[in-house]
Amino acid sequence: MRLLITGGRVIDPANGVDDILDVLVEEGQILQVGREGQGSGVRGQGKKNKKPGNQEPSTTNPDRVIDATGKIVIPGLIDMHVHLREPGREDEETIASGSAAAARGGFTSICCMPNTEPVNDTASVSEYIRELAQKAGRVNIFPIGCISKGERGQELAEIGELVAAGCVGFSDDGKPVADAELMRRAMEYATMFDVPLLPHCEDPSLSAGGVMHEGRVSTELGLKGIPSAAEAVMVGRDILLSEYTGARLHICHVSAAESVRLIREARARGVRVSGEATPHHLILTDEAVRGFHTNTKMNPPLRAAEDITALREALIDGTIEVIATDHAPHARSEKEMEFDYAPFGIIGLETALGLILTELYHSRLLTLPMIVERMAVNPARILKLKHKGTLAPGADADITVLDPDREWTVEERELQSKSKNSPFIGWKLKGKPVMTIVAGQVVWETT
Amino acid sequence: MPSEAAMQVHEKAQIMDATTIQRALTRVAHEIVEKNKGTANLVLIGLRSRGVDLARRLSQCLKQIEGVDVPVGALDITLYRDDLGKAGRQPAVRKTEIPFSVEKKRVVLVDDVLYTGRTTRAALDGLMDLGRPAVIQLAVLVDRGHRELPIRADYVGKNIPTAKTEQVQVMLQEEDGVDRVVILKNTDDQ
Amino acid sequence: MTLKRKDLLTIRELEPEEIFLILETADSMKEIASREIKKVPALRGKTVINLFYEPSTRTRTSFEIAGKWLSADVVNISTSASSVTKGESLLDTGKTLQAMHPDVVVIRHPVPGAPKILADRLQASIINAGDGAHEHPTQALLDLFTIRERLGRLEGLKVAIVGDISHSRVARSNIQAMRKVGIEVRVAGPATLLPRFPEQLGVEATTDVEDAIADADVIMMLRIQRERHGPTMLPSLREYSRLFGLTVERVKKAKEGVLIMHPGPINRGVEIAPEVADGPYSLILDQVTNGVAIRMGLLYLLTGGQRTER
Repeated sequence: MRLLITGGRVIDPANGVDDILDVLVEEGQILQVGREGQGSGVRGQGKKNKKPGNQEPSTTNPDRVIDATGKIVIPGLIDMHVHLREPGREDEETIASGSAAAARGGFTSICCMPNTEPVNDTASVSEYIRELAQKAGRVNIFPIGCISKGERGQELAEIGELVAAGCVGFSDDGKPVADAELMRRAMEYATMFDVPLLPHCEDPSLSAGGVMHEGRVSTELGLKGIPSAAEAVMVGRDILLSEYTGARLHICHVSAAESVRLIREARARGVRVSGEATPHHLILTDEAVRGFHTNTKMNPPLRAAEDITALREALIDGTIEVIATDHAPHARSEKEMEFDYAPFGIIGLETALGLILTELYHSRLLTLPMIVERMAVNPARILKLKHKGTLAPGADADITVLDPDREWTVEERELQSKSKNSPFIGWKLKGKPVMTIVAGQVVWETT
Repeated sequence: MPSEAAMQVHEKAQIMDATTIQRALTRVAHEIVEKNKGTANLVLIGLRSRGVDLARRLSQCLKQIEGVDVPVGALDITLYRDDLGKAGRQPAVRKTEIPFSVEKKRVVLVDDVLYTGRTTRAALDGLMDLGRPAVIQLAVLVDRGHRELPIRADYVGKNIPTAKTEQVQVMLQEEDGVDRVVILKNTDDQ
Repeated sequence: MTLKRKDLLTIRELEPEEIFLILETADSMKEIASREIKKVPALRGKTVINLFYEPSTRTRTSFEIAGKWLSADVVNISTSASSVTKGESLLDTGKTLQAMHPDVVVIRHPVPGAPKILADRLQASIINAGDGAHEHPTQALLDLFTIRERLGRLEGLKVAIVGDISHSRVARSNIQAMRKVGIEVRVAGPATLLPRFPEQLGVEATTDVEDAIADADVIMMLRIQRERHGPTMLPSLREYSRLFGLTVERVKKAKEGVLIMHPGPINRGVEIAPEVADGPYSLILDQVTNGVAIRMGLLYLLTGGQRTER
């Protein structure tokens, strides 16, 4: 199977490429990226592992030619933070439906958080997930393993076994690791495998009972607040522990300006800490909660305008290296509850790129190469995903084609995710993934 | 009667002016005295809002005739209307202020216009809830006909034959700054 | 002038003219309480459901009496007596009730915004009788009514609200209502129970109760509910009483004839001294009386409105 993507603007920050080029794909790998026109002037010989040597690249007779004129061709997006709900809550999302949602959203790889039922704290669960992912055959799924057994925050999970079973990072996401001693040991242990820890930073005693950001809006609405300090206190602790143990730390869904400050300071003194921000934390403030719509309830909560400003600055200056969705499907019946009783979380896979393009690219805060770095290159680097996040010859042929100017409306009925809990339904966006290619196969295509 | 807000109306004719209104009230006052054989136990209860003004004027007339103060009360019948919650907005509720017991009294209800009789029906119900008067009589400045209920006035200032499409508007010094009664006609009907 | 809404969920959404309309209507209703036969037929054939997810005596009774005096059929549903305990969602409960065609559903619920869930989906008028720490609009309206009845005006008055401001729906609704009619509001309480952003509510906050009440025309004390906010907010009721309780001595330092209010139920000797609660300037029982009139006024105004089909 040969695929030729022609006429698009290829943005491949990992290789310093940003030009109108053709991309030729063969056998699930990038064969070559070169000047427009069939078979002409291809730079960079294929460094294919399987076929080393002076193979003459050729673009003749591709099985399919994709005209990407006016479009952007980028390494496939990688979402480091997704909840797939399978096993356990297949009514909310399955590995198959989540894969379809990812593909529609332009993601070629996603990491699934371990808080399923059962939680992913043993190799057998990881293997089960990978098996189902294989069957779904849409996108690459990399499991994140638990830090603690049962996410109970007491005993270390078998991190070594989980790494062997394919887990690329560790987190008790959904829950913070409240016990500092456990976190310290998890970090020390993780250094043996050079895997990052992805903590959900929240001091549960400060956030107890809270359902939204503690700020001006919560003052008015009478909803119990979660102060920014609940997150920042934990970010601070984990940074200090990372500094002490030398472990790699990636702070999940950073929401507060205070956390940003701590991460920036830590990076300046050389701590191995990175962070991610979600599209919703970059776009919505706590003002969105005013109507008591439970699709504005997530943890960490939507924060104040000052926090958005800090997050955007951090995203621009690289303090926060990653955009991740924290895609969290929930059944309608559970979301259609009183605000306090509804679960935290919203889906995000299918709106992430559109939102980022609309709100950050078209408003000239981020360039397209910067977006590609934060949604593909950096996640691959942090998680050490080989042959991902790059269009170098020999890399996996995971490719996203996007139309930065395509205008569209987020329609509930078009969502591939089984759950529809998005606050962005009805939003008009500019910019959209139009084709998703995983291992050389087109897994999603917008007509 | 509040006029229908948007309806285009014009004045067809003036039926009464200050003099004729006063003359009518004086005559009604005389009739009240005559029919009740004096003013013993007599009270006047006006229906909000112009009925109250008329009741006060009748009380003045009675004072001139008989030299006694006949008590005046104000009854708001809104909560007794038979069209509540039926269409559109709720009419404003105003205060019922009857600073005396109606028990065993000879009550004269006073209203400006007698038309369908529904307001009077509501007033009778409202009054009954306040006690058990000996007698209830009805005095109106204008009777324009078109009754929808078996109700008639005991005292009428002036009978005015009208079409149902017309409106009778009573304007009084106290509320409107002028004393006159006019017939309004829908412009579309011309 | 008419109420421009199907529901009463918050004071925040009300125009000042609407507040005054409700007060005027309640004023006319008040006469009915003085009658021997306390019943008028205005809401004959209308059904009012009191749906209470929290225990309440005075508010529920007040709505019940208001409905009955207006001849509505009033049904009370409280958590223990309904399928609420069986885990039915509020929305399903609402749909079930709607199928019985009530005209008004009065709801009290521990979660802010819960009444809106019903309001958005039911044809019936929804009245918020208290949603968590969010709002308690009828309480604020009856408080305004009571102040106006005693002082003859509202604009230009100064009111001090003292107690657990941050968890109080009474405070939130009253602050809104008072500011809309031109009352200056100051709030006082322990630092742990003051809102973090009082300016967002448009009030000045202080931890000095005597300073707050110094030039107030009205002092409104709030009930301290230690069981609600847990042991980290206040060391003890005794200390609270000493620092913030409305004692005879403190009242003496305030303006001569300052009026005392409390939404009830009172913790005698905690937030308010018995002599103050029962004193000549106490409006506490007037508040209860006027609560019925306010709720009659509201029921009347809401049942007449145009129904938009949904």
